[in-house]
Amino acid sequence: MPRRNDIQKILVIGSGPIVIGQSAEFDYSGTQACKALKQEGYEVVLVNSNPATIMTDPDLADRTYIEPLTHEYVEEIIRIEAEMLAASPNSGKFALLPTVGGQTALNLAVDLADTGVLDRYNVELIGAKLEAIKKAEDRLLFKDAMIRIGLDVPRSALINNLRDGLDFASKLGFPVLIRPSFTLGGTGGGIAYNREELMEILARGLDLSPVHECLLEESVLGWKEFELEVMRDLADNVIIICSIENFDPMGVHTGDSITVAPAQTLTDREYQKMRDAAIAVMREIGVETGGSNVQFAVNPQDGRMTIIEMNPRVSRSSALASKATGFPIAKIAAKLAVGYTLDEIPNDITRKTPACFEPTIDYVVVKIPKWQFEKFPGADETLGPQMKSVGEVMAIGRTFKESLMKAWRSLETGKKTGAEILEPRRLTQMLVTPRPERLGYIRYAFERGLSVREVARLTKIDPWFLHQLREVTLAQAAISGTTPLEIDPEEMRQLKRLGLSDERIATEWKLEGNAGVQQVRELREGHGIRPVFKLVDTCAAEFESMTPYLYSTYEEEDEAPPTSKPKIIILGSGPNRIGQGIEFDYCCCHAAFALKDDGYETIMVNCNPETVSTDYDTSDRLYFEPLVLEDVLAIYQHEAQSGAKIGMIVQFGGQTPLNLAQRLLAAGVPIIGTSPESIDLAEDRKQFGKLLEDLKIPQPRGGTAINVDQALAVGEQIGYPVLVRPSYVLGGRAMVIAYDADAVSRYMRQAVEYSQERPVLIDHFLENAIEVDVDALCDSKDVLIAGIMQHIEEAGIHSGDSSCVLPAVGISESTLETLRAYTRKLALALKVVGLVNIQFAIQRDNQGSDHVYVIEVNPRASRTVPYVSKATGVPLAKIAARLMTGRKLCELLPDELKSGKDLETGEHFYVKSPVFPWSKFAGVDTVLGPEMKSTGEVMGVASTFGEAFAKAQLSAGHLLPTGGTVFFTVNDHDKQAVIPLACRYVDLGFKIVATEGTANVLEGAGLIVERVFKVDEGRPNAVDLIKEKRIQLVVNTPRGQDALFDEKAIRRAAVLARVPTITTLAAAQAAADGIASMQKHSINVYALQALHSANGR
Amino acid sequence: MQAILALEDGRIFRGHGHGHLGECQGEVVFNTSLTGYQEIATDPSYAGQIVVLTNPQIGNYGTNRADNEAARPYIEGLIVREFSAISSNWRSEQVTDEYMERYAVPVLAEIDTRALVRHLRDRGVMRGVISTTESNPDVLVARAKSIRKMEGTDLARVVSTKASYQFDASDPRSQMGETLLSEGFIQKPQAGKQILNVIAYDFGIKQNILRMLTRDECRVTVVPAETTAEDVLSLKPDGVFLSNGPGDPEPVDYAVRAIRGLMGRVPVFGICLGHQLCGLALGGRTYKLKFGHHGGNHPVRNNATGKVEITAHNHNFAVDPDSINANEVELTHVDLNDQTLEGLRHKTLPLFSVQYHPEAAPGPHDSHYLFRDFRQMMEEWKG
Repeated sequence: MPRRNDIQKILVIGSGPIVIGQSAEFDYSGTQACKALKQEGYEVVLVNSNPATIMTDPDLADRTYIEPLTHEYVEEIIRIEAEMLAASPNSGKFALLPTVGGQTALNLAVDLADTGVLDRYNVELIGAKLEAIKKAEDRLLFKDAMIRIGLDVPRSALINNLRDGLDFASKLGFPVLIRPSFTLGGTGGGIAYNREELMEILARGLDLSPVHECLLEESVLGWKEFELEVMRDLADNVIIICSIENFDPMGVHTGDSITVAPAQTLTDREYQKMRDAAIAVMREIGVETGGSNVQFAVNPQDGRMTIIEMNPRVSRSSALASKATGFPIAKIAAKLAVGYTLDEIPNDITRKTPACFEPTIDYVVVKIPKWQFEKFPGADETLGPQMKSVGEVMAIGRTFKESLMKAWRSLETGKKTGAEILEPRRLTQMLVTPRPERLGYIRYAFERGLSVREVARLTKIDPWFLHQLREVTLAQAAISGTTPLEIDPEEMRQLKRLGLSDERIATEWKLEGNAGVQQVRELREGHGIRPVFKLVDTCAAEFESMTPYLYSTYEEEDEAPPTSKPKIIILGSGPNRIGQGIEFDYCCCHAAFALKDDGYETIMVNCNPETVSTDYDTSDRLYFEPLVLEDVLAIYQHEAQSGAKIGMIVQFGGQTPLNLAQRLLAAGVPIIGTSPESIDLAEDRKQFGKLLEDLKIPQPRGGTAINVDQALAVGEQIGYPVLVRPSYVLGGRAMVIAYDADAVSRYMRQAVEYSQERPVLIDHFLENAIEVDVDALCDSKDVLIAGIMQHIEEAGIHSGDSSCVLPAVGISESTLETLRAYTRKLALALKVVGLVNIQFAIQRDNQGSDHVYVIEVNPRASRTVPYVSKATGVPLAKIAARLMTGRKLCELLPDELKSGKDLETGEHFYVKSPVFPWSKFAGVDTVLGPEMKSTGEVMGVASTFGEAFAKAQLSAGHLLPTGGTVFFTVNDHDKQAVIPLACRYVDLGFKIVATEGTANVLEGAGLIVERVFKVDEGRPNAVDLIKEKRIQLVVNTPRGQDALFDEKAIRRAAVLARVPTITTLAAAQAAADGIASMQKHSINVYALQALHSANGR
Repeated sequence: MQAILALEDGRIFRGHGHGHLGECQGEVVFNTSLTGYQEIATDPSYAGQIVVLTNPQIGNYGTNRADNEAARPYIEGLIVREFSAISSNWRSEQVTDEYMERYAVPVLAEIDTRALVRHLRDRGVMRGVISTTESNPDVLVARAKSIRKMEGTDLARVVSTKASYQFDASDPRSQMGETLLSEGFIQKPQAGKQILNVIAYDFGIKQNILRMLTRDECRVTVVPAETTAEDVLSLKPDGVFLSNGPGDPEPVDYAVRAIRGLMGRVPVFGICLGHQLCGLALGGRTYKLKFGHHGGNHPVRNNATGKVEITAHNHNFAVDPDSINANEVELTHVDLNDQTLEGLRHKTLPLFSVQYHPEAAPGPHDSHYLFRDFRQMMEEWKG
């Protein structure tokens, strides 16, 4: 069936901010879908609240709405678009594609359908029909459907009293799973290993369930877990794109499991049975078109196969399967949704064969999740049914061993290879209970002589995988007693074929540091042992491949010789993580787009399967490789063989490529853009301090220390409070504000590693200052200020965790001029070529005059680049990339440069707000500080600051109340400033509740205040009020890191009750503005294209 | 143990020898299936061939008797990237290495199989020798050149059963794991269905074809390749099945004669070599493909329904569609990758055949319906 010509307009819903469980993979899928639909000539309308995505680039859709993904806002967009459609001359149908924006888009679409919005505006759901979505998503409907088609599911029953529960459990045998009905995110569920536990969990579950009902389910813990990626078209052609086998058995969320493609331990009969089942599921659920995934559990003892679940949409696994096979699932899914059948769509990679086939691969793909528990002290690190990882890496190798080892080194754990801290006493525990370090402990177990059988018994991991890991471990251990001279070339080649990095080999030979790794590399290259590059081609070389999607391996034949075109290598940002997220992938993609247009051959290097940068059509050549010196150098050497002009960009991928810059330079790699020396200078305390002194730019007093005494001396000298942090970090890792000497010495003893080369940095902390981020472009001659963003939280909260607004509000023009002048001076002094980001603090003295301090300078692309680009309509990263190739600002942005002004944002305000993962980490304090904790961001745009802030808050999941009660509890420092703020809330119609100290002050100012106990004072206390939903907004300003038990309990309760909590007065002020605008009940939406054209773009 | 693969064009690959240590020779072909190495190894259609598997990890799940497609492996040799030293699967009875050694199949591992596949793709299949005993590559290349070419070779006669026998579906070896694995997916026999007599020509027949026929309530008598039409008809069959098999169809003229004698007198269903022989019997020509179709992911369009089936393939030869009389014969199936003819059906006589493998094993089950079509054709013929 050909393209549906009755459809004219298609609304695509994105997945919103990056959160745990819904990451950059939906930028990949949304981007592919938008591109495909536009290419087909449809009018594409996109809504997504996340400005850091490629999909929200204005040229990917006809109209792009960066608006809250809520019923009201999306309905308004549908209303406007439906009206426009009706008014257009050749009006066709209006359709909604809900399957490429994760669970968020799917839920929203179901809501819009159920409430009649889609019918009202005559919008057709394409990709998945309502009934199919419901059948797949509703646990019971799904189970019934599976039983109807003769498939096996874990046995279960709905239980509403303890006795029935015990009876049923005795039939199933322990352990059993208890899932309370209708509780959010599986609250109250658990696993019972005996009667006693069952009584306890079931009683609690029945209590928590609003319908007093629990599902008791047979446990399939420890079974093997598999997943099939399936596609179906309207002609009922069904194909399997990829099989995935989990290294970790059932019990660990797939997103937290190491996974392997293709499945390794299934006979053809078992695999075909699974394939038949997956196809039967697609047909029964009624997924008409597009991609879905079906998960299976298989009992390793007898092969019994049960269906666990299916997702009737593109998922995280689809992204992985796409990158693992070269088959672009999201793009094809979009085409199927508009009527094409699989046999009508060509396979991009071979060009000659159709997309209607099943990819076959001649390599092994391994994905390893990346966790960041170190950012959330107190969080439970055990891995279970709820996903906790923030990102993932993927590696491709010819064998499981090779790809596992490549994936492992792609993780950038920050720990030195071989220096993992392993505790022998905890070995059994660490093997039995899955945690992030389990892989390391498995190696350790083999080093200690445990057998595959023993480790399999403890971990339930398939012996085949364990055997592979054991072989690598033993081969590595075997060289530990040897010296480099004793290894012959063949032995070296064998080590490399196992996936062992130069660094691991150096560690075994006790060759220290970068010099040691270099020594191994030189030895290896001296033997002529270098990796070759092979193609990912969907067909195991059966047909010729037209798409250079490459991976390295130690084999005989290299099949990807470089071309003679001038080339630019762009280093990506690796796994998604807090502090280094999708924003950097956005920048890398833009660099590729711009330089491709300029006629360069663009070469992308990255190891993150969830990204747009690792789509094979983003760059001319894609290397899916670890961002590790060894692998990056091999790519450079391979490309440089051609003799063509070549340059490498390191400033777009965040800290990952920057950490390699000096060593790449030393190895002779031509790095373009701002020089690594300048980047280093900005990071080097002493040199940078001297530069600021020369330029007469003030900075907070500071110093460095490499031991406790030095640190205390610095603290004494510059005055408390101080900000302490390690050198060279992104996202404020291990950064704290210390209010006294005790805190500093505690920090130096426990918190960080430091050395002569990498001392701890200590700065005076500017209290009550306003923080400002400035992004600017520079070509070493001219500087153009792209955006001055005013933070809404005060200085001291990591810029990534602070809401900010563009343009700045309430900063005087003369102070803005100072910021601009400092920015220009610094950019020129650092000879910036490309982007620079500078953070300033503005402190107002008693006389009311502002003092501007430079906090830090980052001569590279910053987190805010996509946000500023969306607000101004100027693609900063593209321009920066062009500057790096020698082009000039006066040529690229002549008018803007001449005007001498910042880039125009027109009549609107753009607020960026962070999104936090608190709900995933029970027991973790939700207070903000200098260490970044947010996983993603959203943007709100409006004609007033207040409305823009309220929209951003709404998008971030905080629905500001328009009435009710505000609870104030503020520190002594804020006691005066809280009075006018409380008055403002009273004016807005709120009642006030406060703890004693705050209440005293407010009553003193004549306000009526209800007093409430602190948590440790008695009851009813603040937490009780929050739980009873008697409080709609919490304003709680804490004192630094020394959060009291009380505050922590309040913030925690607020998170659970979904009551917005504000931890600074500045933000509370902004919230008041937002509430004022919300009380007007106006819902205004803006298309980026309209905003930009109003600015002359 | 070092092992060498020498190809007739002089290309040499050096790796490790596993399984049987020694020497083997044959036409080198590649197969892109991800699963089913045991079924591939035991498929008699691979007689005379050395098989390169593109999946780099082979041997992982071991071997078991139920997955045999014949009593023993028929491949001459096996080439893989990495050969598993252990097996891990509840169905496994023997580690793959031991299995290959037991049946004297040499295995060459640790070579750049992708480079070999690209070589074969670009230059076509060619003859080769694997050896752990001879280390002089020149000697091996000379040996490779002296191997008899596949073109013009009748291997069906060699692998066929020497005496007819009745397939016994109750043999535990053809049943193991079946009930567990196929319940709910493969159409179950309908109770009360009439048992039909099928004569199956064995040109190198796969066990799963026999299982599929039996599942559709057929009593299957397997006869040698050279059985005449008269002999078959004397058994009063309800239908005749023409099996898959190795080698070039052209020299198998005795079978072409037999088919001509059967056409129109009894329903006929052919698979693979059986299909090629039908093509010849209908007056068509066969030709050799550059590197054949060997894998489990080929899209084949059923021209009658327009639907695409993902199918298992294993053929080096094909029927030239232009050689077929379109007035008599309908071209029913076509490979979407390269437009190779994959199926035909006589417009008036009860005869149809497919080039690919609806019985799968290994491969997808999308085309199982063809066995039901055969059953239906026999029922209709019977009236």
